[in-house]
Amino acid sequence: MLHFTRWKMIAILTVVVVGLLAALPNLFSKETVESWPSWVPKRQMVLGLDLQGGAYLLYEVDKQDYVQKRLRSLVGDIRKAMLEEPRIGYSGLGVQGQGVQLRIRDLSQLDEVKKRLEPLRNQLATSALGGTAVNEFDLTVGNDGLVQMAYSQAGLDQRIRQIVDQSIEVIGRRIDQLGTVEPSIQRQGADRILVEAPGLDDPERLKTLVGQTAQLTFHLVDTGVSPTADTRKPGTIVLNSTDNPPVAYVLEEAPLLTGEDLTDASATFDSRTNEPVVSFRLSSAGARVFGEVTQKNVNRPFAIVLDDKVISAPVIREPILGGSGQISGNFSIQSANDLAILLRAGSLPAKLTIVEERNIGPGLGADSIRSGKIAAIIGTVAVCAFMVMTYGVLGWIANIAVIVNVILIFSIVTILGATLSLPGIAGVIITVGTAVDSNVLIYERIREEFRSGRSAIASIDAGFHKALGTILDANVTTLIAALVLFYMGSGPIRGFAVTHAIGVATTMFTAFTFTRLLVAMWVRWRRPTTISL
Amino acid sequence: MAHLRIVPDNTKIPFMRMRKWTFPLAAFLSVMSVILFFTVGPNYGIDFLGGTVIEIQTKEAKPDLGKLRSTLNDLGLGDVQVQTIGSDNTILIRMGQQAGGEEAQQAAIGKIRAALVDQAEFRRTEIVGPRVSGELASRGALALLATFAAIAVYVWFRFEWQFAVGSIISAANVVVMTFGFYVVTQHEFNLTSLAAILTTIGYSLNDTVVVYDRIRETLRKYKKIPLGDLIDRAINDMLGRTVITTVTTLIALFSLYLFGGEVIQAFTLAMIFGVLAAIFSSVCVAAPILIYFGLRQDQMTKKEDVEAAGKA
Repeated sequence: MLHFTRWKMIAILTVVVVGLLAALPNLFSKETVESWPSWVPKRQMVLGLDLQGGAYLLYEVDKQDYVQKRLRSLVGDIRKAMLEEPRIGYSGLGVQGQGVQLRIRDLSQLDEVKKRLEPLRNQLATSALGGTAVNEFDLTVGNDGLVQMAYSQAGLDQRIRQIVDQSIEVIGRRIDQLGTVEPSIQRQGADRILVEAPGLDDPERLKTLVGQTAQLTFHLVDTGVSPTADTRKPGTIVLNSTDNPPVAYVLEEAPLLTGEDLTDASATFDSRTNEPVVSFRLSSAGARVFGEVTQKNVNRPFAIVLDDKVISAPVIREPILGGSGQISGNFSIQSANDLAILLRAGSLPAKLTIVEERNIGPGLGADSIRSGKIAAIIGTVAVCAFMVMTYGVLGWIANIAVIVNVILIFSIVTILGATLSLPGIAGVIITVGTAVDSNVLIYERIREEFRSGRSAIASIDAGFHKALGTILDANVTTLIAALVLFYMGSGPIRGFAVTHAIGVATTMFTAFTFTRLLVAMWVRWRRPTTISL
Repeated sequence: MAHLRIVPDNTKIPFMRMRKWTFPLAAFLSVMSVILFFTVGPNYGIDFLGGTVIEIQTKEAKPDLGKLRSTLNDLGLGDVQVQTIGSDNTILIRMGQQAGGEEAQQAAIGKIRAALVDQAEFRRTEIVGPRVSGELASRGALALLATFAAIAVYVWFRFEWQFAVGSIISAANVVVMTFGFYVVTQHEFNLTSLAAILTTIGYSLNDTVVVYDRIRETLRKYKKIPLGDLIDRAINDMLGRTVITTVTTLIALFSLYLFGGEVIQAFTLAMIFGVLAAIFSSVCVAAPILIYFGLRQDQMTKKEDVEAAGKA
């Protein structure tokens, strides 16, 4: 057990030295590390938000809201399809649960109905691995004339998946424009998006930029009826303004233009009032539509609606033919700027709600790290002193091994780019416990062998031999536990499992090679004839 | 130089005769923990209950807590708890789940922010919605069960089925007692507490397997001695190691407890308890279970023969 070939020795020491080098950048500030020559490892550990501060926002697609809106627009599409020539008579068209239903009057037209509604089932592209294409809606045409189009589970799941993908893209574009922070945006489960922004001070701005749907639409205002009257025409809706108290407007439901027709938006100042406004430019198709509509509706107001709230309702004084315009609505400079960013980046395909939010100020994170460091130093010194008191020279060897072990954990965390969080530190602490244990197991075993009458060298050899079996079993058991926790757990459980699993691996490495090598070198140097443990 | 020995050599503590007392004690503590868990219940934090926690540091060095409390309770957000943590001007504000789903939580925090933004720095805000909080609990529990199952299979494979049962019951006993610790102390139970419990499971498994390994070795060496005496011998032989390892781990944990700062304190206290529970459990639960589940010495011999044949 105490014999090492030259190559083995070199291999073990190389691993230790590489580990030390990889962990080294963590001792210096980011600026210092940047200034090092290019051949030095520079990678630093990624600290979790609980340690360095920042914002953690977990969003969920508001399924209910999305389904309701989608079904309402489906009602419009079905109405349009039925009104095509030759017209198909129907009654009772409306949203029913997770779908839309209507009743066809003339049963002989059912085949035609099927043909017209088939395209509305909206075939969704599935992932390359998924195989068969999925339709968003199931179509059932009953022989009694009852027609239903409802969400299939597969269709809804697929649609939500697409919404999450699109949202991640939109959020990414919005945050890019902010420029300063480098957040990570990830899908989480089926219908969630996790936005993490380390080091961010003020999460409120990030929240306005990420969470707003920013669905912009232009509608003509129906000034003919009062918003509270029952005599509203079909196809109109009532929306409130952002004023305080809110003013209600009756609007034509079908928008003239949407945010998609915009090609650019920027925050500027109104030349007359000097108020911050958002000016926009329309695509050529959008400009044509807007020109026609404004030509026909001079002296009528139209409403600019953002996320179902009327932000302003100017009166059309003259036809707007140039394809550009501006939105005024009591903006501050920042809110005008934010709206411009939102309009440029596009709207979210569905409403997102925050289901979990954690903001850690940078001050708190720094405090945790500082007191953690002090405690770690005191703990290390105390443990080392105890080991030396108990085992003398071999105690020193154990201390070197445990410290190398901890450094190796940090270097592997650094190399893998894993995140170190507070539970992760707990994982390191348990490793220190088991790493000390592996040394104690070896030494106690050596002691036992020596007391049973073996020579010093033979006892050391046998001690390692027997203790390593125990260490292997104990560590493989905990390694299994750590791996299962890693795959099953999330968030903090994972953070713990990562460092714990790495720690078990490094503990086995140091016990089987490094500690053994150090003891072997000591034996060769001192040639002990007795063992004082 | 004479070295420190905490445990004298050749101890002969009759652990297995003491099992008449210690095993029922462990069972009693576990059952009490379960009963307390379901009657009194732990002091769940927002991670599992949902709700909001805000930590602020006021600009004033000694703010008027009463005034702050009444300001916040006048916002109409239900019961808002206000307490200092650490220093006089570091204040923790907690409130329960607001009725009205995810958006209501956001609105509530907006009100608090508006009320305090001039007089304090917001150090931490955590909002956990009703849907997420339930999931965190169930996923945590599921991960725990899967871990136990995987461990049981491995230990069964490496040892005997009695050892598998013993290591799981012993680890479960540690988990249950640590839960009991949280109920009795009413320390907040949150995701960090879950990490503490996971750590004690890791420690417990390590300790149990080390003890089992020694028991297995002793069983193979002395085939004629009764099982109880064999186990006693194994545990006594290991006593030096068990105590030294425990002392070093406790030294590390106590320094974290004393100097590690506010956030870590409750967490390390639970781990200190968990380490002690793990040691107790390995000796007083895991070991006697081998007797209770009728481990026979010839079982070990057979396995040894198979292993030897495999190597040949």
